[in-house]
Amino acid sequence: MNKKINAWAFLAVVIAIYTIAGIFRSDAIMPSIRFSFNLIIKILPVFILVFAFMAGFEYFISEEKIKKHLDASSGTKRWIIAIGAGILSSGPIYMWYPLLGTLKKKGVGFGLIATFIYSRAIKLPLLPIMIYYFGIKYTIVLTVVLIVMSIVQGKIIEKIKF
Amino acid sequence: MNKKLNKAIRKSAKQMINLLPIFIGIIFLIGLINKLIPTSAYALIFTKNPFFDSIIGAILGSILAGNPVTSYILGGEFAEQGISLVAVTSFMIAWVTVGVIQFPAESAILGKKFAFARNILSFVFSIISAIIIVSIVGTI
Repeated sequence: MNKKINAWAFLAVVIAIYTIAGIFRSDAIMPSIRFSFNLIIKILPVFILVFAFMAGFEYFISEEKIKKHLDASSGTKRWIIAIGAGILSSGPIYMWYPLLGTLKKKGVGFGLIATFIYSRAIKLPLLPIMIYYFGIKYTIVLTVVLIVMSIVQGKIIEKIKF
Repeated sequence: MNKKLNKAIRKSAKQMINLLPIFIGIIFLIGLINKLIPTSAYALIFTKNPFFDSIIGAILGSILAGNPVTSYILGGEFAEQGISLVAVTSFMIAWVTVGVIQFPAESAILGKKFAFARNILSFVFSIISAIIIVSIVGTI
C-alpha cells in the first residue's frame, strides 16, 4: 500500500515540477510533453514483451522451488543454483531478505547469499528494454560479466569472517 | 484458463500497474530535463575521463533507487545525451547491486558487517564491471 502511495506521490511531484517549470519556462512544456509521449509510444511494445516475460517467470518459478534447490544442493552446483535463483528471482530484494535469513540459519554461506543478491542485477524479463537502448552485443557482454562478478564477489565474501 | 497461469498474469499485471505512475513520472521527467537542460550541462558532472566518470555513475546509481527498468530508461537517455557508456554502465549496475536505502533491512536480517562488506564490494564492482564491459564491447 505504501509503495502504491509513493508511486502516485512521485507522479504528483513530477506534475508539480511541470507546473513550476511552466511558470518560468512555458515554452518548454509542450515540447517536453510531446517528447515524453513519443518516448512512451517508442517503448510501449517493449513493455508488452516485459509483461509477457514477467508472467512467464511468475508461472514457472516459485520461492519454494528456489529455497528447495539452494538448500539441498552442494559444491559447484550450489553456486550455479545461487546464480540461477538470483537471475530468476523477481520482486524487490527486501522481499527476499527473510528467505535469505532462513537459509543463513540453515547453514548456507554468506558467499552464496552475496552471489544470489549480486546476480539479481540480471533481470531476464527486462532484457528487451536493455537491448532496445544498448544493443544485443552490449546486453550479452553485461550479462556474462555480471555472472562472473557475482561469483567473484561471493568468493571474496566467503573469505571474510563475519 | 489454467488457475496458476491466471494467477501469474494477474500478479504480473498488478506489478506493472503499481509501477505505472513511476514509469510515466520518469518518462515525463526525462522529457522535461531533455528540453530544459542543455547537453553541455552534463559536462559539468561528467569529466570524460572513463575512470572518474564510472565513479560518478556508480555514486549516482547507489544513491538513487527503484525498479531496474527505471535505471535502463535513465541510462539509455543519459547515453543519448552523450554521457560515456562506462558512466552509464556503472550507474545501471550500482542501481541494482548497491542498496543504500535497503541497507537497514539487509543489516537487520543478514548482519551489519555482511551488509556493509557486500555493498562496498558491489560499489567497487560496478566500476570495475563497467570498465570491463565497455572495453569488451569496444573491441568485439
